[in-house]
Amino acid sequence: MEAYINLFIKSVFIENMALAFFLGMCTFIAVSKKIETAVGLGIAVVIVQTLTVPANNLIYTYLLKEGALAWAGMPDVDLSFIALMACIGVIAAMVQILEMVLDKFFPALYNALGIFLPLITVNCAILAGSLFMIERDYNFAESVVYGVGSGFGWALAITAMAGVREKLKYSDVPPGLRGLGITFITAGLMALGFMAFSGIQL
Amino acid sequence: MNAESKKVLVNAESKKVLIEPLVDNNPITLQVLGICSALAVTSQMSTALIMSLALTTVTAFSSAGIAAIRNHVPSSVRIIAQMVIIASLVIVVDQILKAFAYEVSKQLSVFVGLIITNCIVMGRAEAYAMKNPPWESFLDGIGNGLGYSLILISVAFVRELFGSGKLLGIDPIDVLPLMKDGGWYVPNGLLLLPPSAFFLIGLLIWGVRTWKPKQVEQADFAIMPAHGEAH
Repeated sequence: MEAYINLFIKSVFIENMALAFFLGMCTFIAVSKKIETAVGLGIAVVIVQTLTVPANNLIYTYLLKEGALAWAGMPDVDLSFIALMACIGVIAAMVQILEMVLDKFFPALYNALGIFLPLITVNCAILAGSLFMIERDYNFAESVVYGVGSGFGWALAITAMAGVREKLKYSDVPPGLRGLGITFITAGLMALGFMAFSGIQL
Repeated sequence: MNAESKKVLVNAESKKVLIEPLVDNNPITLQVLGICSALAVTSQMSTALIMSLALTTVTAFSSAGIAAIRNHVPSSVRIIAQMVIIASLVIVVDQILKAFAYEVSKQLSVFVGLIITNCIVMGRAEAYAMKNPPWESFLDGIGNGLGYSLILISVAFVRELFGSGKLLGIDPIDVLPLMKDGGWYVPNGLLLLPPSAFFLIGLLIWGVRTWKPKQVEQADFAIMPAHGEAH
């Protein structure tokens, strides 16, 4: 149990997707102008990440890994090079299914997420979650924890960023730095803050 | 190839397509595309160079490929078609890197795979390749890839030079003699850590926008001029 809590804390704070690995930066910068939209996107990322990382874990372990097809009588087959294609396919399909399910059963949430749901397919934080999972050889339980944690960490970062930017609107920024420039510097300062968590072991 | 078609290949339009993304319409500093990898692989020159090369290749060929099939794909499934083309190219690049530059491909870890979701590739496919013929799209891909490379390499240059006093990590060239080897330079470790990449790109954007004031964004709220200086 302790190992899982440790992994969760690590994926939320120490290895924060947005601020330590710079993943999902395009959306992080583009959609962090308002707190409400940032929170909506954050929730969507958590849901999708929680579903796709374990799903990709199952597919990788039982279909693609070297020797994974032993149950089908093909122990020498190594399909791991196709993992990239499989991961992005699973993500695109999962987002599509999630969109239909939300539309049918939770219309309020569906309307709140709106355009952000389809955009998640091309959010690199989601694909990176699956790729890191493969690279670090997580088992199924670890992949569930990692999926929830990394999604939550990203949501936390974008919400905090949106809060800072809402205040920043009223400040007098030098012309060349306005908008994108100051956003980067702010993100840099936030990343410095998140670095304070590094080295924490539970 | 006869003389006339050669002239068409390098006319003013294609030159513009190739040159414009370098500074005037840079994918990173103006279009806000492809930032993730720009920040993550820039702590060393060697990874930045390989990454630039990989991305430029993928963008150019995926744009050309997508432009070639643009009239045959129904718009409802175009994203999937684009994804398949991009993902196949990225798998090829990934396998080539693993075969010929294994050390660097280990350092780049997942970031080669992440070219699939790099917004430059998708963004140029959607914005340019879907509306233009293959050759122009190819040039547009190269141009945007170079614009990306320009930023990547300049950030990596600063980070590696001042962060570790060396250039091109795998086969190090000592530029600044380090204190621990009896030189005078104390390396600034912060530059090797993630936050410095944000600061450097922020400052770079500031520099570019001071040079090209057309790119400056409008302020949301103007500051009121101070009244009554007299009291």
